[in-house]
Amino acid sequence: MGASQTRPEHRHQDLADRTGFSLEQIKNLHKRFQQLSGDEDTISKENLESIPTLANNPIRKQIIGAFFDKSAFAECLLAAGGAPHFPYRHQRGFILFGLRNQHRGEAGSCDQIGFEQFLMVMSHFRPPTLKMTAEEKEAMRREKLRFLFNMHDTDNDGTITLVEYRKVVEELLSKSGSIGQEAAEAIADAAMLEVASTNVPTMGPDDFYEGITFEHFEQILKGLEMESRMHIRFLDVDTTTMRCGKSTS
Amino acid sequence: MCHWDTAQLRPERGRHGASDVAVARSAVEEPPGPGEGEEDGNPHHHGGGYRVVQWEWSYVQTPYIIATWLLLASVAKILFHFSQRFTTVVPESCMLILLGLVLGGVVLIANEKQLYQLEPALFFLFLLPTIVGDAGYFMPARLFFDNLGAILTYAVVGTLWNAFCTGFCLYAAKLLGRVQADLMDFLLFGALISAVDPVAVLAVFEEVHVNDTLFIIVFGESLVNDAVTVVLYKVYISFVEVGVDNVQTADYFKGVASFLIVSIGGTLVGLVFALILGFITRFTKKVRIIEPLFVFLLVYLAYLTAELFSLSAILSMTFCGIGANKYVEANISQKSRTTVKYTMKTLASIAETIIFIFLGISAVDKSKWAWDTGLVSCTLVFIFVFRAAGVIGQTWVLNRFRLVPLDKIDQVVMSYGGLRGAVAFALVVLLDGKQVKAKDYFVATTIVVVFFTVMFQGLTIKPLVDWLKVPRSTNRKPTINEEIHERAFDHTLAAVEDIAGLQGYHHWRDKWEQFDKNYLSKLLLRKSVYRKSELWEAYQKINIRDAISVIDQVMMTSQICDDALRWPTDVDMY
Repeated sequence: MGASQTRPEHRHQDLADRTGFSLEQIKNLHKRFQQLSGDEDTISKENLESIPTLANNPIRKQIIGAFFDKSAFAECLLAAGGAPHFPYRHQRGFILFGLRNQHRGEAGSCDQIGFEQFLMVMSHFRPPTLKMTAEEKEAMRREKLRFLFNMHDTDNDGTITLVEYRKVVEELLSKSGSIGQEAAEAIADAAMLEVASTNVPTMGPDDFYEGITFEHFEQILKGLEMESRMHIRFLDVDTTTMRCGKSTS
Repeated sequence: MCHWDTAQLRPERGRHGASDVAVARSAVEEPPGPGEGEEDGNPHHHGGGYRVVQWEWSYVQTPYIIATWLLLASVAKILFHFSQRFTTVVPESCMLILLGLVLGGVVLIANEKQLYQLEPALFFLFLLPTIVGDAGYFMPARLFFDNLGAILTYAVVGTLWNAFCTGFCLYAAKLLGRVQADLMDFLLFGALISAVDPVAVLAVFEEVHVNDTLFIIVFGESLVNDAVTVVLYKVYISFVEVGVDNVQTADYFKGVASFLIVSIGGTLVGLVFALILGFITRFTKKVRIIEPLFVFLLVYLAYLTAELFSLSAILSMTFCGIGANKYVEANISQKSRTTVKYTMKTLASIAETIIFIFLGISAVDKSKWAWDTGLVSCTLVFIFVFRAAGVIGQTWVLNRFRLVPLDKIDQVVMSYGGLRGAVAFALVVLLDGKQVKAKDYFVATTIVVVFFTVMFQGLTIKPLVDWLKVPRSTNRKPTINEEIHERAFDHTLAAVEDIAGLQGYHHWRDKWEQFDKNYLSKLLLRKSVYRKSELWEAYQKINIRDAISVIDQVMMTSQICDDALRWPTDVDMY
């Protein structure tokens, strides 16, 4: 298709098919994107960091990092008009990022992302619908877990090391008072130990546990009902016009 | 609830010699005691002799009888659990009711009249608060508020639907039977028979272990519908007293206003007491030994205060428990926590046992009820049909708004789990027989309905749940990893909502947590606790739990080895 200028409706429809959002939802998200980017075509990390309500969130950095994660996308920046070459397949309603594994080698993060990537990341938080089969639910669950895993695996090497885990715990504790760094380390160590002992029970006392791989991650979180809890409700109706005076939030 | 005669609860304990009026729990004002009557403490004065042993029955009568009943109920529970096969099939509540029937029969034969019955006053002032208090204090608050929309819908809309439909249809069907009553009477009956009962739900569901969401919806409904039941009951009683023709339209509006006042007022009373309780426990460091007492007293006072103002007492107690739990558990010592937990659970268990036994006993007293086949069968059919229809309708509406839809299996369990219990029975016994002429028929019907739901539905719900493959609860304690990721999760969702510019559920929950951290926790938590974070507390709890389980395992292993080897424990096993 090259760089032909497709009309916005076509693009939106295309995106709707690929991500599973409805047209209304995409329109609303597009409006929000425009708000954040200041009517540009791309947003940078600073745009997201300047959201005031996000200031109190302890794991803000990781979440923003997840939006700009290079390994998630084929290319960092997509031309506004082109229908990009996305080597992803889709099935009714959601995207299988199974092929993301092929891009494991590309570490680092983009500086700017376009609306496509914004939408892709958002699509991880769609709720399951009643009509999903068990396999679809399972695949959606893996999707979401994969997203969380990438969020914590900040250097994108495929494992969450002790250092990265400590960082997570530290930030979770950072907002509450005077818990020191030792406490964070103690908790992170205990958590790692737990993962190691449940997943590699035959490990001897001298073996070194490199880090939590995705399979181990799935294992330790299988108690949490990811597919039913990790989602937010995207708006179908246009409420941006109803919120006066809050356009900069 | 409304006016009852508390005079029957006041035993006058005279000393020896006086003719006592120590009252047993009999509904009719009759001389007390099984058999002995009010004999004096000193039957004969042999002109000044000293009696070595005396029969002081009238002095100890009331507490003695109470203690004996409790002992009987508890021993019955032990005996039930001797047969493993029996207990997996038959729920405890069934067996207790059957035991009550047997005991009632025995007392009836022995005495020609029924001496014991489930007194509404006893039920509402002592037995029900125990159970509701335990349930409210240990309610998983997060789960409750996540599903609050569904709970409120089923409790308010569902109960109203059930009440009106049942009442109207029974009135329409009255041609089938001998029952002479008018519309108001039937509406009153419909109101009291249509509320899902918390005691029955707890008793049956705790043996079935369905998944948490389903349980919280049904159980939450049974608690919150108290407000609706209270209002409908009072409104209809006043209509019946005044007479149908004198009811004005203003009274209907007063009814609606009354509902809002009762429910919101009850909740506010509960929250006020929760604040007081949290605040008091902040300062109890030097008086650790009476910490549990504060918890019990204030939660009970929340109930009684709401009763005092005719507000919804169950709502008050529930919200007091939910609100205070977080702060109290953080403030009080570990030993106090254990004491509170086990005392509440023990008392609740006893109360439940007594309720079911007395339900059985009360059923045997034929003088209190009158049978009408038409009314009974119609009521049974109607409550089933309308419950199912109500659940289906409401779920269809709710699924448009819920993030996690409720599927057909959930709906079946919810319809089937709408059990009626002792609350309905107590309310029907409370009716004034002179105002409501058909009271005896209503009592019989209520007994049948309660028995049917508790026994038949209680027996069959486990096979049903197995057959439908309802997801069960795992009831596992969370690991440290799950704790970490739960919190990371919450923050992630709140952040994504902020980025997307939505002010959704997570955004508001996040805001509430901030408010809580900045204001409420500062006020209600002890200073030393306030500075720690929840994750740290969770980590400590897990450590303690793991350490205890390791020690238990070591002890168990050594015990097994001891038994196997028959050596004393100083054998080196490592």
